[in-house]
Amino acid sequence: MAPILTSSETAGFINLLSAFLVGTGFGFALEQGGFSSSRKLAGMFYGYDTTVLKVFFTAAIVAMIGSRILSSLDLLDMDLVFHNHYYIGPAIIGGIIMGAGFIMGGFCPGTGISAAAIGKIDAFVFLLGGGIGAFLFAETYPLIQDFMDSGYRGPVKLSAALGLSDTVFIFGVTVIAAGMFWIAEKAEKKFARPDINSEL
Amino acid sequence: MNPYLAGVLLGLVLLGAMVLSGRGLGASGGIKYCVVSVVGTVSQEHAATAEYYSKYFQDGNNPINNWLVFQIMGMLLGGFISGVVSGRLTWKIEKSPKISDSRRLLLAFLGGVFFVYGGQMARGCTSGAALSGMAVLTTAGFVTMITIFGSGYLFAWFFRKNWI
Repeated sequence: MAPILTSSETAGFINLLSAFLVGTGFGFALEQGGFSSSRKLAGMFYGYDTTVLKVFFTAAIVAMIGSRILSSLDLLDMDLVFHNHYYIGPAIIGGIIMGAGFIMGGFCPGTGISAAAIGKIDAFVFLLGGGIGAFLFAETYPLIQDFMDSGYRGPVKLSAALGLSDTVFIFGVTVIAAGMFWIAEKAEKKFARPDINSEL
Repeated sequence: MNPYLAGVLLGLVLLGAMVLSGRGLGASGGIKYCVVSVVGTVSQEHAATAEYYSKYFQDGNNPINNWLVFQIMGMLLGGFISGVVSGRLTWKIEKSPKISDSRRLLLAFLGGVFFVYGGQMARGCTSGAALSGMAVLTTAGFVTMITIFGSGYLFAWFFRKNWI
Protein backbone atom coordinates (compact mmCIF):
# COMPACT_ATOMS: atom_id res chain seq x y z
CA MET A 1 0.00 0.00 0.00
CA ALA A 2 1.17 3.49 -0.85
CA PRO A 3 3.03 5.69 -0.01
CA ILE A 4 5.59 3.59 -1.82
CA LEU A 5 8.70 5.27 -0.45
CA THR A 6 9.11 6.08 3.19
CA SER A 7 12.10 8.20 4.06
CA SER A 8 13.29 5.89 6.82
CA GLU A 9 13.49 2.78 4.62
CA THR A 10 14.34 4.15 1.21
CA ALA A 11 17.88 4.72 0.04
CA GLY A 12 18.74 8.41 -0.12
CA PHE A 13 19.43 8.26 -3.83
CA ILE A 14 15.98 6.83 -4.73
CA ASN A 15 14.29 9.36 -2.48
CA LEU A 16 16.06 12.31 -4.09
CA LEU A 17 15.42 10.93 -7.59
CA SER A 18 11.70 10.73 -6.81
CA ALA A 19 11.83 14.33 -5.56
CA PHE A 20 13.44 15.37 -8.83
CA LEU A 21 10.77 13.56 -10.88
CA VAL A 22 7.90 15.03 -8.85
CA GLY A 23 9.48 18.46 -9.26
CA THR A 24 9.79 17.99 -13.02
CA GLY A 25 6.07 17.24 -13.27
CA PHE A 26 5.29 20.15 -10.95
CA GLY A 27 7.33 22.66 -12.94
CA PHE A 28 5.89 21.38 -16.23
CA ALA A 29 2.29 21.64 -14.98
CA LEU A 30 2.79 25.15 -13.59
CA GLU A 31 4.34 26.43 -16.80
CA GLN A 32 1.65 24.77 -18.93
CA GLY A 33 -0.98 26.39 -16.71
CA GLY A 34 0.36 29.80 -17.67
CA PHE A 35 1.88 30.41 -14.23
CA SER A 36 5.17 31.58 -15.71
CA SER A 37 3.59 34.98 -16.42
CA SER A 38 3.37 37.45 -13.54
CA ARG A 39 0.87 39.63 -15.40
CA LYS A 40 -1.39 36.61 -15.87
CA LEU A 41 -1.08 35.71 -12.18
CA ALA A 42 -1.76 39.29 -11.08
CA GLY A 43 -4.90 39.27 -13.25
CA MET A 44 -6.48 37.20 -10.50
CA PHE A 45 -6.52 40.27 -8.26
CA TYR A 46 -7.89 42.68 -10.87
CA GLY A 47 -10.30 40.29 -12.58
CA TYR A 48 -8.90 40.38 -16.12
CA ASP A 49 -7.48 36.85 -15.90
CA THR A 50 -8.58 34.19 -13.43
CA THR A 51 -6.29 31.35 -14.53
CA VAL A 52 -4.89 31.13 -10.98
CA LEU A 53 -8.26 30.22 -9.50
CA LYS A 54 -9.06 27.70 -12.23
CA VAL A 55 -5.74 25.85 -12.10
CA PHE A 56 -5.36 26.00 -8.32
CA PHE A 57 -8.81 24.78 -7.36
CA THR A 58 -9.00 22.17 -10.13
CA ALA A 59 -5.68 20.76 -8.90
CA ALA A 60 -6.78 20.76 -5.24
CA ILE A 61 -10.04 18.99 -6.08
CA VAL A 62 -8.37 16.38 -8.30
CA ALA A 63 -5.89 15.57 -5.52
CA MET A 64 -8.64 15.53 -2.84
CA ILE A 65 -10.93 13.22 -4.81
CA GLY A 66 -8.06 11.07 -6.06
CA SER A 67 -6.60 10.50 -2.61
CA ARG A 68 -10.08 9.87 -1.16
CA ILE A 69 -10.72 7.19 -3.80
CA LEU A 70 -7.30 5.56 -3.35
CA SER A 71 -7.67 5.52 0.42
CA SER A 72 -11.18 4.05 0.31
CA LEU A 73 -9.82 1.28 -1.96
CA ASP A 74 -7.07 0.69 0.64
CA LEU A 75 -4.44 1.64 -1.92
CA LEU A 76 -3.18 4.72 -0.04
CA ASP A 77 -2.71 5.01 3.71
CA MET A 78 -3.59 8.63 4.45
CA ASP A 79 -2.10 8.30 7.95
CA LEU A 80 1.31 8.12 6.28
CA VAL A 81 0.69 11.20 4.11
CA PHE A 82 1.94 14.45 5.61
CA HIS A 83 -0.74 16.73 7.05
CA ASN A 84 0.48 20.24 7.76
CA HIS A 85 0.14 21.42 11.34
CA TYR A 86 -2.07 24.35 12.21
CA TYR A 87 -0.59 27.21 14.25
CA ILE A 88 -3.35 29.83 14.20
CA GLY A 89 -1.37 33.09 14.40
CA PRO A 90 1.59 32.11 12.21
CA ALA A 91 -0.71 30.66 9.51
CA ILE A 92 -2.81 33.83 9.36
CA ILE A 93 -0.05 36.45 9.66
CA GLY A 94 2.23 34.42 7.38
CA GLY A 95 -0.57 34.22 4.82
CA ILE A 96 -1.15 37.98 4.97
CA ILE A 97 2.57 38.67 4.43
CA MET A 98 2.56 36.22 1.52
CA GLY A 99 -0.44 37.95 -0.07
CA ALA A 100 1.41 41.29 0.10
CA GLY A 101 4.42 39.62 -1.53
CA PHE A 102 2.16 38.15 -4.21
CA ILE A 103 0.73 41.51 -5.29
CA MET A 104 4.16 43.18 -5.24
CA GLY A 105 6.11 40.46 -7.00
CA GLY A 106 3.44 38.85 -9.13
CA PHE A 107 4.72 35.38 -8.30
CA CYS A 108 4.63 32.85 -5.53
CA PRO A 109 7.78 30.76 -5.00
CA GLY A 110 6.59 27.86 -7.19
CA THR A 111 5.42 30.04 -10.06
CA GLY A 112 8.59 32.12 -9.74
CA ILE A 113 10.68 28.99 -10.30
CA SER A 114 8.61 27.96 -13.34
CA ALA A 115 8.97 31.49 -14.76
CA ALA A 116 12.73 31.57 -14.14
CA ALA A 117 12.93 28.24 -15.99
CA ILE A 118 11.78 29.91 -19.22
CA GLY A 119 14.02 32.95 -18.82
CA LYS A 120 11.91 35.60 -17.04
CA ILE A 121 14.48 37.93 -15.50
CA ASP A 122 11.96 39.41 -13.06
CA ALA A 123 11.40 35.87 -11.76
CA PHE A 124 15.13 35.42 -11.05
CA VAL A 125 15.05 38.69 -9.11
CA PHE A 126 11.92 37.52 -7.25
CA LEU A 127 13.71 34.30 -6.26
CA LEU A 128 16.78 36.26 -5.17
CA GLY A 129 14.47 38.31 -2.95
CA GLY A 130 12.99 35.01 -1.75
CA GLY A 131 16.43 33.84 -0.65
CA ILE A 132 16.89 37.09 1.26
CA GLY A 133 13.44 36.56 2.82
CA ALA A 134 14.48 33.09 4.01
CA PHE A 135 17.72 34.55 5.40
CA LEU A 136 15.87 37.35 7.22
CA PHE A 137 13.47 34.79 8.67
CA ALA A 138 16.32 32.68 10.00
CA GLU A 139 18.07 35.71 11.49
CA THR A 140 14.90 37.09 13.10
CA TYR A 141 13.72 33.66 14.28
CA PRO A 142 14.86 34.15 17.90
CA LEU A 143 12.70 37.30 18.08
CA ILE A 144 9.53 35.59 16.86
CA GLN A 145 10.08 32.11 18.26
CA ASP A 146 7.37 32.45 20.92
CA PHE A 147 4.90 33.64 18.32
CA MET A 148 5.90 30.79 15.98
CA ASP A 149 5.04 28.22 18.64
CA SER A 150 1.77 29.87 19.67
CA GLY A 151 -1.79 28.80 18.87
CA TYR A 152 -0.82 25.21 18.10
CA ARG A 153 -3.73 23.01 17.02
CA GLY A 154 -1.89 20.11 15.39
CA PRO A 155 -2.49 18.46 11.99
CA VAL A 156 -6.23 19.03 12.21
CA LYS A 157 -8.55 18.57 9.26
CA LEU A 158 -11.15 21.20 8.41
CA SER A 159 -13.66 18.46 7.60
CA ALA A 160 -13.36 17.12 11.16
CA ALA A 161 -13.48 20.62 12.65
CA LEU A 162 -16.77 21.21 10.82
CA GLY A 163 -18.09 17.81 11.89
CA LEU A 164 -18.38 16.56 8.31
CA SER A 165 -17.24 13.29 6.78
CA ASP A 166 -14.34 13.73 4.34
CA THR A 167 -16.56 12.69 1.42
CA VAL A 168 -19.29 15.23 2.21
CA PHE A 169 -16.67 17.92 2.80
CA ILE A 170 -14.95 17.23 -0.55
CA PHE A 171 -18.34 17.31 -2.29
CA GLY A 172 -19.02 20.70 -0.67
CA VAL A 173 -15.64 22.12 -1.72
CA THR A 174 -16.26 20.90 -5.27
CA VAL A 175 -19.66 22.62 -5.42
CA ILE A 176 -18.16 25.86 -4.06
CA ALA A 177 -15.31 25.66 -6.58
CA ALA A 178 -17.78 25.15 -9.44
CA GLY A 179 -19.60 28.30 -8.28
CA MET A 180 -16.30 30.20 -8.16
CA PHE A 181 -15.39 29.01 -11.68
CA TRP A 182 -18.75 30.33 -12.93
CA ILE A 183 -18.13 33.72 -11.27
CA ALA A 184 -14.54 33.76 -12.58
CA GLU A 185 -15.68 33.24 -16.18
CA LYS A 186 -18.13 36.15 -15.76
CA ALA A 187 -15.46 38.33 -14.13
CA GLU A 188 -13.02 37.77 -16.98
CA LYS A 189 -15.59 39.23 -19.38
CA LYS A 190 -16.58 42.10 -17.12
CA PHE A 191 -13.03 43.14 -16.22
CA ALA A 192 -11.44 42.18 -19.55
CA ARG A 193 -8.44 44.32 -20.48
CA PRO A 194 -7.88 43.72 -24.20
CA ASP A 195 -4.64 45.72 -24.02
CA ILE A 196 -3.25 43.42 -21.32
CA ASN A 197 -4.93 40.15 -22.31
CA SER A 198 -3.58 40.43 -25.86
CA GLU A 199 -0.02 40.53 -24.49
CA LEU A 200 -0.36 37.46 -22.26
CA MET B 1 -2.93 24.69 -22.15
CA ASN B 2 -6.55 25.06 -21.05
CA PRO B 3 -6.39 26.10 -17.38
CA TYR B 4 -8.79 23.42 -16.17
CA LEU B 5 -6.77 20.78 -18.01
CA ALA B 6 -3.55 22.17 -16.53
CA GLY B 7 -5.25 22.01 -13.13
CA VAL B 8 -6.02 18.32 -13.63
CA LEU B 9 -2.39 17.73 -14.60
CA LEU B 10 -1.15 19.63 -11.53
CA GLY B 11 -3.58 17.70 -9.31
CA LEU B 12 -2.30 14.41 -10.69
CA VAL B 13 1.30 15.45 -10.02
CA LEU B 14 0.32 16.29 -6.43
CA LEU B 15 -1.51 12.97 -6.07
CA GLY B 16 1.58 11.27 -7.51
CA ALA B 17 3.77 12.91 -4.85
CA MET B 18 1.39 11.68 -2.14
CA VAL B 19 1.36 8.12 -3.51
CA LEU B 20 5.08 8.02 -4.17
CA SER B 21 6.42 9.46 -0.97
CA GLY B 22 3.58 10.64 1.27
CA ARG B 23 4.49 14.27 0.69
CA GLY B 24 2.91 17.18 -1.07
CA LEU B 25 4.50 19.75 -3.35
CA GLY B 26 6.68 22.57 -2.10
CA ALA B 27 8.74 25.46 -3.35
CA SER B 28 9.69 27.87 -0.57
CA GLY B 29 11.14 25.05 1.55
CA GLY B 30 13.68 24.25 -1.15
CA ILE B 31 14.70 27.92 -1.27
CA LYS B 32 15.19 27.87 2.50
CA TYR B 33 17.46 24.79 2.36
CA CYS B 34 19.58 26.46 -0.34
CA VAL B 35 19.94 29.57 1.84
CA VAL B 36 20.78 27.52 4.92
CA SER B 37 23.45 25.70 2.91
CA VAL B 38 24.94 28.99 1.70
CA VAL B 39 25.02 30.35 5.26
CA GLY B 40 26.76 27.15 6.36
CA THR B 41 29.39 27.63 3.64
CA VAL B 42 29.97 31.32 4.34
CA SER B 43 30.07 31.08 8.12
CA GLN B 44 30.36 27.65 9.66
CA GLU B 45 30.52 29.23 13.07
CA HIS B 46 27.24 31.12 12.70
CA ALA B 47 25.48 28.04 11.31
CA ALA B 48 26.73 25.90 14.18
CA THR B 49 25.86 28.30 16.98
CA ALA B 50 22.59 29.90 15.86
CA GLU B 51 19.80 27.60 16.95
CA TYR B 52 17.80 28.08 13.77
CA TYR B 53 20.58 26.80 11.50
CA SER B 54 22.28 24.23 13.68
CA LYS B 55 19.48 21.68 13.41
CA TYR B 56 20.07 21.45 9.64
CA PHE B 57 23.72 20.53 10.07
CA GLN B 58 23.36 17.78 12.66
CA ASP B 59 25.30 14.55 12.08
CA GLY B 60 27.36 16.18 9.35
CA ASN B 61 24.32 16.59 7.09
CA ASN B 62 24.51 18.92 4.14
CA PRO B 63 21.13 20.65 3.85
CA ILE B 64 21.48 20.75 0.07
CA ASN B 65 20.86 16.96 -0.09
CA ASN B 66 17.23 17.43 0.66
CA TRP B 67 13.94 16.29 -0.89
CA LEU B 68 12.73 19.85 -1.34
CA VAL B 69 15.95 21.03 -2.97
CA PHE B 70 15.84 18.21 -5.52
CA GLN B 71 12.21 19.00 -6.13
CA ILE B 72 12.92 22.60 -7.09
CA MET B 73 15.78 21.44 -9.34
CA GLY B 74 13.23 19.22 -11.06
CA MET B 75 10.86 22.18 -11.31
CA LEU B 76 13.45 24.15 -13.27
CA LEU B 77 13.81 21.25 -15.73
CA GLY B 78 10.03 20.70 -15.98
CA GLY B 79 9.34 24.39 -16.53
CA PHE B 80 12.12 24.51 -19.13
CA ILE B 81 10.73 21.49 -21.02
CA SER B 82 7.27 23.08 -21.00
CA GLY B 83 8.76 26.33 -22.31
CA VAL B 84 10.48 24.44 -25.14
CA VAL B 85 7.31 22.50 -26.01
CA SER B 86 5.18 25.64 -26.07
CA GLY B 87 7.81 27.94 -27.60
CA ARG B 88 7.97 30.32 -24.64
CA LEU B 89 11.69 30.39 -23.92
CA THR B 90 12.92 33.97 -23.94
CA TRP B 91 15.02 36.27 -21.78
CA LYS B 92 12.77 39.10 -20.76
CA ILE B 93 11.48 41.30 -17.97
CA GLU B 94 7.73 40.92 -18.05
CA LYS B 95 5.92 44.06 -16.94
CA SER B 96 3.21 46.55 -17.70
CA PRO B 97 4.34 49.01 -20.41
CA LYS B 98 3.42 51.80 -17.98
CA ILE B 99 6.27 51.06 -15.55
CA SER B 100 10.04 50.99 -15.90
CA ASP B 101 12.23 47.89 -15.79
CA SER B 102 13.87 49.00 -12.56
CA ARG B 103 10.50 49.54 -10.86
CA ARG B 104 9.38 46.06 -11.92
CA LEU B 105 12.59 44.46 -10.68
CA LEU B 106 12.48 46.31 -7.35
CA LEU B 107 8.91 45.16 -6.73
CA ALA B 108 9.76 41.61 -7.83
CA PHE B 109 12.63 41.60 -5.33
CA LEU B 110 10.49 42.95 -2.48
CA GLY B 111 7.71 40.53 -3.37
CA GLY B 112 10.15 37.65 -3.07
CA VAL B 113 11.39 38.87 0.32
CA PHE B 114 7.84 39.15 1.67
CA PHE B 115 6.58 35.92 0.14
CA VAL B 116 9.29 33.63 1.43
CA TYR B 117 9.42 35.34 4.84
CA GLY B 118 5.65 34.83 5.19
CA GLY B 119 5.97 31.32 3.81
CA GLN B 120 8.49 30.41 6.49
CA MET B 121 6.18 31.84 9.12
CA ALA B 122 3.18 29.89 7.85
CA ARG B 123 5.35 26.78 7.47
CA GLY B 124 4.69 26.60 3.75
CA CYS B 125 3.69 28.77 0.80
CA THR B 126 1.02 28.49 -1.88
CA SER B 127 2.20 25.01 -2.85
CA GLY B 128 3.45 23.49 0.39
CA ALA B 129 0.85 24.84 2.80
CA ALA B 130 -2.16 25.95 0.76
CA LEU B 131 -2.41 23.52 -2.17
CA SER B 132 -0.89 20.43 -0.54
CA GLY B 133 -2.75 21.16 2.70
CA MET B 134 -6.09 21.52 0.94
CA ALA B 135 -5.51 18.22 -0.84
CA VAL B 136 -5.37 16.48 2.56
CA LEU B 137 -8.20 18.70 3.91
CA THR B 138 -6.18 20.36 6.67
CA THR B 139 -7.41 23.50 8.40
CA ALA B 140 -3.90 24.94 7.96
CA GLY B 141 -4.21 24.44 4.20
CA PHE B 142 -7.54 26.23 3.86
CA VAL B 143 -6.60 29.05 6.26
CA THR B 144 -3.32 29.69 4.44
CA MET B 145 -5.08 29.70 1.05
CA ILE B 146 -7.76 32.14 2.24
CA THR B 147 -5.28 34.51 3.90
CA ILE B 148 -2.87 34.56 0.91
CA PHE B 149 -5.59 35.39 -1.60
CA GLY B 150 -7.59 37.58 0.79
CA SER B 151 -4.48 39.62 1.56
CA GLY B 152 -3.69 39.85 -2.16
CA TYR B 153 -7.09 41.44 -2.77
CA LEU B 154 -6.63 43.69 0.26
CA PHE B 155 -3.35 45.10 -1.04
CA ALA B 156 -4.26 44.99 -4.75
CA TRP B 157 -5.59 48.55 -4.75
CA PHE B 158 -2.29 49.97 -3.47
CA PHE B 159 -0.24 48.27 -6.19
CA ARG B 160 -2.72 48.60 -9.07
CA LYS B 161 -0.59 51.03 -11.07
CA ASN B 162 2.07 48.37 -11.45
CA TRP B 163 -0.32 45.97 -13.15
CA ILE B 164 -3.30 47.74 -14.73
